[in-house]
Amino acid sequence: MQITVTVNGEQQSGDVEPRTLLVHFLRDELGLTGTNVGCDTSSCGACTIHVEGQSAKSCTMLAAQIDGLSVTTIEGLADGDTLHPMQRCFQENHGLQCGYCTPGMVMAAVSLLDENPNPSETDVRIGLEGNLCRCTGYHNIVKSVLACAAESHGASK
Amino acid sequence: MIPASFDYVRADSVDAALAALAEHGDEAKLLAGGHSLLPLMKLRLAAPSVLVDVGRLDDLRYINDAGDHIAIGALTRHRDLEISTMLAADAPLLAHAAGHVGDPQVRHRGTIGGSLAHADPASDLPAVILAMGGTLVATGPNGSREIAASDFFTGFLESALAPDELLTEVRVPKLDTQGWSFQKFNRRAQDWAIVGVATVRANGSTGVALVNMGSTPLLASAVMDAVKSGANAADAAAFANEGTEAQSDINASSEYREHLARVLVRRSLEESGLA
Ligand SMILES: Cc1cc2nc3c(=O)[nH]c(=O)nc-3n(C[C@H](O)[C@H](O)[C@H](O)COP(=O)(O)OP(=O)(O)OC[C@H]3O[C@@H](n4cnc5c(N)ncnc54)[C@H](O)[C@@H]3O)c2cc1C
Ligand code: FES
Ligand code: FES
Repeated sequence: MQITVTVNGEQQSGDVEPRTLLVHFLRDELGLTGTNVGCDTSSCGACTIHVEGQSAKSCTMLAAQIDGLSVTTIEGLADGDTLHPMQRCFQENHGLQCGYCTPGMVMAAVSLLDENPNPSETDVRIGLEGNLCRCTGYHNIVKSVLACAAESHGASK
Repeated sequence: MIPASFDYVRADSVDAALAALAEHGDEAKLLAGGHSLLPLMKLRLAAPSVLVDVGRLDDLRYINDAGDHIAIGALTRHRDLEISTMLAADAPLLAHAAGHVGDPQVRHRGTIGGSLAHADPASDLPAVILAMGGTLVATGPNGSREIAASDFFTGFLESALAPDELLTEVRVPKLDTQGWSFQKFNRRAQDWAIVGVATVRANGSTGVALVNMGSTPLLASAVMDAVKSGANAADAAAFANEGTEAQSDINASSEYREHLARVLVRRSLEESGLA
């Protein structure tokens, strides 16, 4: 079937099987390999992207379900060479080790701050419960998200 | 893991969904948020030959004040329930429990209708709707009918819905809530409850329902009767396992589940304000 999707602001069309998973459409059809597959069972969050601005696990969605909708992947966050503030905060706070969980963590964290711009540390830990880090680098991940929240808070004042 | 092949139909109205179900019969499955069905299809535990996607039926995505009850469209997502100020005021147990389903990503996609129609005893919202004495509205080729939550869950992953029916609305009574509690015991973040208890005390009566204590979500009727005849929380909780058939699995033995049910029912009654 033919689908048309706005991915990172650009309209993309593709011919997919109804059973094609969204993550495979993004990686294999569109070549957007920033979105990782970890568990493939909706547990780890490595495949997190945004659908209409909200975090979602792309291993548990069909490409067909997003026909006509807009999707943002990790590739869509930066503005040219300028990293998205969340990406920069991960970099500055050593929020990654091997980096495998990072695209999903960053996407989940951006969605989290959209919904709760001023989270407590507990809010961040609970808000990221759908994302696992095999390197167990949670401490610095939480620090990164809190730094990003504080920064945008400061900026808006 | 990739599902077996199927045909995909997107319904753009309730009528179109019903027509697709009528046309394809037993071969068809409705797809709402997909967060229960797609994992099963990826494991090939389900292999419908036609998927009827009702996920875009925004007409069925609402939370409305309907006088004595709140009417919730079946396609309303967990996240919508979690942040609804109307539910926070008039059905706080439901708003709170919805905020504890899975993780944010799951709550952005999963729907209340899917959660109930899936009829998983381990799911949170079925027990909540049972405890609150909710009503479900099913729409089929011959119109709509109401089903009491207590008549809805008929077996493991089985409900009173006919194959040609769509769950369209969930109604929860507007209760003058004196106290409520949702106890969800799990060992890993983001997980289903090993055992859960939903309690609501309102309008002079107490509803208590159990998560994961049998093949269906269960009303703890013996506990409710004990509370009605004046038992305190500890004495009423002694009846927590009456009518249950807890399973053993990798998370817990049935004995451990029964122990948890007693402890969590007591906590739940206490937290909801019963002495
Ligand atoms: C990682 C993960 C963690 C989770 N954790 C929890 C948890 O802690 N607690 C919990 O309760 N749930 C949990 N869930 C399940 C989640 O809540 C699902 O969203 C929900 O159970 C099903 O809703 P859905 O809209 O995704 O339904 P779908 O998966 O689309 O459908 C489920 C079933 O219901 C049928 N159906 C759907 N909508 C209708 C309708 N309107 N009328 C008739 N039939 C319909 C479908 O045909 C299918 O058989 C989790 C899921 C995942 C992936
Ligand atoms: S790959 Fe999607 S949640 Fe793990
Ligand atoms: S940084 Fe390695 S998995 Fe998280």
